[in-house]
Amino acid sequence: MQPGNLFPLVVVLIAIAFALGYARSRAIATPLGGIRHLKSLPFYYAARASLWCGLPALIIFALWLGFEDKVIQTMVIGSLPADLQPDSPGRASLVLSQISNVASGALSPKFVPEPIAGAAERLMALRAESKMMMTLLVICVAVLGAFVAWLRIAPHINAREKVESTLRKIFFMCAGLAILTTVGIIFSVIFETIHFFNKVSFVEFFFGTSWSPQTAIRADQVGSSGAFGMIPLFVGTLLISGIAMLVAVPVGLMSAIYLSEYASRRMRGIVKPLLELLAGVPTVVYGFFAALTVAPFIADAASWLGIDASTESALAAGLVMGIMIIPFVSSLSDDVINAVPQTMRDGSLALGATQAETMTKVIFPAALPGIMGGILLAVSRAIGETMIVVMAAGLAANLTINPLEAVTTVTVQIVTLLTGDQEFDSAKTLSAFALGMMLFIVTLALNVLALHVVRKYREQYE
Amino acid sequence: MNTMNPVIDQDAKVEKAPEPPAGNGINDADLEGRTVGRPFADAPKFSLRDVEVFYGETRAIKRISLDIARNEVIAFIGPSGCGKSTFLRCLNRMNDSIDICRVKGQLQLDGHDIYDPKRDVVELRARVGMVFQKPNPFPKSIYDNVAYGPRIHGLANRKSDLDDIVERSLRGAGLWNEVKDRLDTPGTGLSGGQQQRLCIARAIAVSPEVVLMDEPCSALDPIATARIEELIAELSESYTIIIVTHSMQQAARVSDRTAYFHLGHLVEVNETNKVFTTPQHPLTESYITGRFG
Ligand SMILES: Nc1ncnc2c1ncn2[C@@H]1O[C@H](COP(=O)(O)OP(=O)(O)O)[C@@H](O)[C@H]1O
Ligand SMILES: [Mg+2]
Repeated sequence: MQPGNLFPLVVVLIAIAFALGYARSRAIATPLGGIRHLKSLPFYYAARASLWCGLPALIIFALWLGFEDKVIQTMVIGSLPADLQPDSPGRASLVLSQISNVASGALSPKFVPEPIAGAAERLMALRAESKMMMTLLVICVAVLGAFVAWLRIAPHINAREKVESTLRKIFFMCAGLAILTTVGIIFSVIFETIHFFNKVSFVEFFFGTSWSPQTAIRADQVGSSGAFGMIPLFVGTLLISGIAMLVAVPVGLMSAIYLSEYASRRMRGIVKPLLELLAGVPTVVYGFFAALTVAPFIADAASWLGIDASTESALAAGLVMGIMIIPFVSSLSDDVINAVPQTMRDGSLALGATQAETMTKVIFPAALPGIMGGILLAVSRAIGETMIVVMAAGLAANLTINPLEAVTTVTVQIVTLLTGDQEFDSAKTLSAFALGMMLFIVTLALNVLALHVVRKYREQYE
Repeated sequence: MNTMNPVIDQDAKVEKAPEPPAGNGINDADLEGRTVGRPFADAPKFSLRDVEVFYGETRAIKRISLDIARNEVIAFIGPSGCGKSTFLRCLNRMNDSIDICRVKGQLQLDGHDIYDPKRDVVELRARVGMVFQKPNPFPKSIYDNVAYGPRIHGLANRKSDLDDIVERSLRGAGLWNEVKDRLDTPGTGLSGGQQQRLCIARAIAVSPEVVLMDEPCSALDPIATARIEELIAELSESYTIIIVTHSMQQAARVSDRTAYFHLGHLVEVNETNKVFTTPQHPLTESYITGRFG
């Protein structure tokens, strides 16, 4: 049976186990004088039967699917005659792809050595066998599990507790999966970063002022010096994020203040979702807006003023990025400002303060820590943004703080370093990991800071 | 002004009316504008006539007329939801910040219309201070809490003037000795009773003429409550005080006059001892005996 069919079948079995479990627990309860004589509600007995039915079966199912290919491949390769045994992993995958091509009919058996054709047949046979076995095993385990659980429905068994604890474990594993993935990513990045620092010195990376990651492939190649100073990228990132924050913080804050203090309820109901819509626009759309509309406009305006400007500029990217993160600032600030208790406003207004005085002297200071948290989150968003910069600010790693020049950022360089065909252990490729690591540390620090600030603020009113 | 008043004549009428079962059986028409007792005063601080307050379509205050005399302490009592806070908040226009709230009628402070569109609310609220049910000090230092009002009204030219005002207000609120060594610590760090006295200090720092108090002790323990009550007695020498309270004992202890509200009506106003010993309206009586008995 195809795995695509087996899964629905297991689901059906689970449902049946549930129904049977439910029926049996009721049947057991009736002679005792009703379900209140059971330790748990029938639902929990039924749920327990479902879990017993589904969990082991699905685990076996998943494991089988996960290891099936590897096991079959090893068996097939192992069965090849000694002279065809691959001597390296590369050879092995070549041989394997040949075998599977023959097996799938993409390659005629006539064109390959006879043992390979044999292996292809063996592969097909093994696959069919494996499928059979898996189907049988999964169904057996499911039925057996359901049956055991069904037998074990008894008034004195506290099924609720057992179901709850199983669910708790399942939830824990899901959470654990996310954490493990993150940890895995971090470790792989750390590992590659260490590799990178074996090739390029610490000092050059952190203090070098020139970024030109082309390393010479041949000794006589020109223009491929391979300079790995991250300062230009860092400055570019700061410049663009800085411009973005200059746009986003005032506009976002003011709109938050308007929304929470001045807008009527109806107005707020309209404006707030609209603002949040800005956050839903894909960044690539912002990107071409920046590249096709804003950047040329800035270049034109600058040349009209007699200033030298390139068509790709930090200003264009920063402005558009600022617009993009307005909803982050405004939405978070609005929440924080709203969380300041109404009694604060009343207290201030009752003393004869105007609305603006109340805002600036009481509400805003009270909300400031939370607003800072929101702004820090927005900054880490700005630092991580790539698409707009690629499109509007260019790729040139200029070390400049002139917003009218083209600059590039850490994230953009990571993208360009890793797109296209690369050798995986060149300093050029590895530098992407080092940049990623640095970016990760910076945004992590910002996020931790932001969370800390937000939490501290929360304590104030609790 | 009193002579023109038709309400007082209602006394006799209501007393003669057959006793209705308390609470029910009395409809709006029997109560509206028919306050019994002594609602009016000569040369009052506040003169309130036919006050109606609407929340959207709902009428929360139903044609209430009342005078509040200079330097008296008047207590508003009544079951919750009867409109005490709503009525109180009309007096410094705190209802303005509620979108759906509309106030009708004639409300005058020292003969000047409170709801005159040209009226400066800032000036009104500087003259009519307010203390809220839940202590609401700003998350600032004790000093800054008290100095807040004087600063926005520009009452002090020099730092030393401000220091004086802060000290005087804290002394007035009976808090000075407890906090004089830690004026720069947050006001939110004080105990509930201290916070409420801080709020009173904050209110009197702008030298108001009237202080409105909306159940100022309901969040406090008995000892803190006793301190606030003492404080009210002291403040009554210099201010007109209007206090909403759900505790009849408190009304009896601190107030000169007591006003009993019922479902948006002002049922009875009289000298406090009269209200509590010989209530004239059956509703007042059943409220008082129900609580005491
Ligand atoms: N902001 C508001 N919006 C709508 N209705 C309100 C509002 N505040 C009070 N009310 C209504 O007005 C009536 C009087 O309320 P309130 O003045 O708070 O009574 P009290 O202070 O005597 O307990 C109540 O029925 C209440 O539901
Ligand atoms: Mg109230």
